[in-house]
Amino acid sequence: MSGKIGAAFSRRSVLKSLSLGAAAGSVLRAIPLEAATWLHGAIQAERADKAGGYAPKFFSPHQYSTLQLLCETIFPADADSGGAIEAGAPEFIDLLTSENQEYQVKLGGGLMWLDATCEERYGNAFLQCTQQQQKEILDLIAYRRNGQNNKALRYGVEFFSLLRDLASDGFFTSKIGIEYLGYQGNSFLMEFPGCPPVPGV
Amino acid sequence: MLQVNTPRKIYDVCIIGSGAGGGTAAKVLTEGGLNVVMLEAGPRLNPEKDFKEHVWPYELAHRGADVGGKARYEMNNEFMAPNGFWEIEGEPYTTAPGSTFRWFRSRIEGGRTNHWGRIALRFGPADFRARSIDGMGDDWPITYAELAPYYDKVESYIGVFGTKENVPNAPDGVFQPPPRPRCTETLIKKACDSLKITCIPSRMAILTQPLNGRPACHYCAQCGRGCISASNFSSSQVMIPPAQATGRLTMIANAMAREIVVGKAGKAEAVSYIDKTTRSESQVYARAFVVAASACESARLLLNSRSSSFPDGLANSSGVVGRYLTDSVGAGLAGYFPQLEKLPPHNHDGVGGMHMYMPWWRFGKKNDFLRGYHIEFGGGRDMPGVGGFGGVCAEHEGYGVGLKQKCRSSYGNYIGFAGRGEMIPNEKSYCELDPNVVDRWGIPVLRFHWQWGENEFAMARHMQETFRSIVEAAGGTVLGGSRRATHSGDISTGGEIIHELGTVRMGSDAKRSALNSHCQAHDVKNVFVADAAPFVTNPDKNPTLTIMALSWRTSEYLLEQARKGELS
Repeated sequence: MSGKIGAAFSRRSVLKSLSLGAAAGSVLRAIPLEAATWLHGAIQAERADKAGGYAPKFFSPHQYSTLQLLCETIFPADADSGGAIEAGAPEFIDLLTSENQEYQVKLGGGLMWLDATCEERYGNAFLQCTQQQQKEILDLIAYRRNGQNNKALRYGVEFFSLLRDLASDGFFTSKIGIEYLGYQGNSFLMEFPGCPPVPGV
Repeated sequence: MLQVNTPRKIYDVCIIGSGAGGGTAAKVLTEGGLNVVMLEAGPRLNPEKDFKEHVWPYELAHRGADVGGKARYEMNNEFMAPNGFWEIEGEPYTTAPGSTFRWFRSRIEGGRTNHWGRIALRFGPADFRARSIDGMGDDWPITYAELAPYYDKVESYIGVFGTKENVPNAPDGVFQPPPRPRCTETLIKKACDSLKITCIPSRMAILTQPLNGRPACHYCAQCGRGCISASNFSSSQVMIPPAQATGRLTMIANAMAREIVVGKAGKAEAVSYIDKTTRSESQVYARAFVVAASACESARLLLNSRSSSFPDGLANSSGVVGRYLTDSVGAGLAGYFPQLEKLPPHNHDGVGGMHMYMPWWRFGKKNDFLRGYHIEFGGGRDMPGVGGFGGVCAEHEGYGVGLKQKCRSSYGNYIGFAGRGEMIPNEKSYCELDPNVVDRWGIPVLRFHWQWGENEFAMARHMQETFRSIVEAAGGTVLGGSRRATHSGDISTGGEIIHELGTVRMGSDAKRSALNSHCQAHDVKNVFVADAAPFVTNPDKNPTLTIMALSWRTSEYLLEQARKGELS
């Protein structure tokens, strides 16, 4: 897991060189390419370990994996930020659901509905479906109008709507989500500067 | 067997409740030289331990949504200052069939001043003369001029920002300078100017300059969480400490007052209370009593203080205790303002609340309802929180990078408007003891009856129309809602605005009021009420500043009585 040069660079020494680099004002140039690559890999592995090591409080392991995939699909990583998994949205939803009977029915039942529907349509649970099949079913349940046209889809639409709502809570209250939005504040100011000059406002 | 009679301790004054009214009384009475004991139904406050100032949502497992997500859309989320509740386990209240009512209670030193919006508006001269002006409700037994010096004292001591504006019936006060407006506020101010709606700097109990050793605000917008630097006003941090510093305040925390006990001479002599930590009952003796448990809780205590001399409850020979219950008329609407999309990321926090507001701008003009309302508004690039993006998700639906970007581009472009208007008391809105239900301490609970009147519905409709015109004039789009407010919707639930008051009202006629013009019980001269229960009207101005001014005045009268030897 630690890669070829793991022995030469401990996590601590790499982090130390990172912070020294930051102090010198040239983070990237101060770190040998190998070290940067190793660090990247180590952090990824750590995160994967953490996610893999998380014991869901309410959902079964299979359901939790499905939940993770759905959350990440709703708020995926992109060029600007990480996604819902990095933001901790699945853990947040699992925690709330473990304490809330209504969510247990709507989300727990919703995941079972999704798998049953996928079995019926594609012969597989959602997780085992092809990406194309996953997209097809999500495109159906992600819009209220589809439930109006097809009553059988309404359970899925209701489920997905609640999940999206909770995933938005989980993503946009995370550190990366708040940074993604560009919120500036929660600070100590001697004086409040007021509105910056912007034409038309 | 030998009886040992230790002489019982008798305090000069017992204050029940440590909020705006009780805290003010404690400060004035102890500084005036009296020995005071205070009963508080909740624990002591420890700001450094209890406050969640500057905590990020991701630092809490529930992100602020609380257990099971129960606070996702509630004001009392995990960040709020402690022990403010819509429901308290083991301390229920009931509602009569056909009535809905919500009752926010705080069980903590300082009471609801730990949680309030810090909006500090003086009542105006007309608010004390309501019946003389429009024939509805009643006049107060005091005038604005009689209370004005006490508004001065309170504002000078607690610190309120604002500006001199000469708005009719919205008196100016002793003000610190206001903070600069946020982008959302300059935008709405322009729209209001074009509509000839008065929009001025708000008046809030938050320091913009140091005062009495308290530093100025540091603009984190988190007043509702409690302020570790005490730069905003709470009774727990601003009123109780000077009272304690005199050495004449004894605070008994976790003490739930059950009954005021009357002695042989017809005067109150003790309060029986439950020590919540031991579940045992005790008495505390005093020469005078200041009931400041919050309007409805004070009415409950008086109604529960029944004796052979006062079979319908203490200070209730008139039968008005629990009656004349009002709350502010509330209505709200939000708009989306696309021009805010152009704003660069910037610090929008400011103080914990609005920097500008709209006082009632149609005073003295012809309207299709009586009395008036003011408008509060807020929004913009606030700290993201739970419940903040459900609306965008429901509107745009779908999933993926597109949805994520939509959430980002619309973040900070919403502004919400809230009207706060005057309710005229009516016979169908009151509280009384529920004959069948007691709380976990064995104390009979309140049962609420509630009905808005036609005037309130007309006012709420006018609010909605005004909000729409402001949103449109500002170039925004109204979100949801019907074109016109109807009877069923678009008006707040009784109690929801947390301005419930009037339940132990003052008056010059002892047959139609419980208290005289000094908030002293007509029936029992050593019982005073010092919260919002004595209010005769509930004008659109938020009640807390007036609670403190009135309590200060009542306390000075009590001091004077003590000096004359009337207490012993």
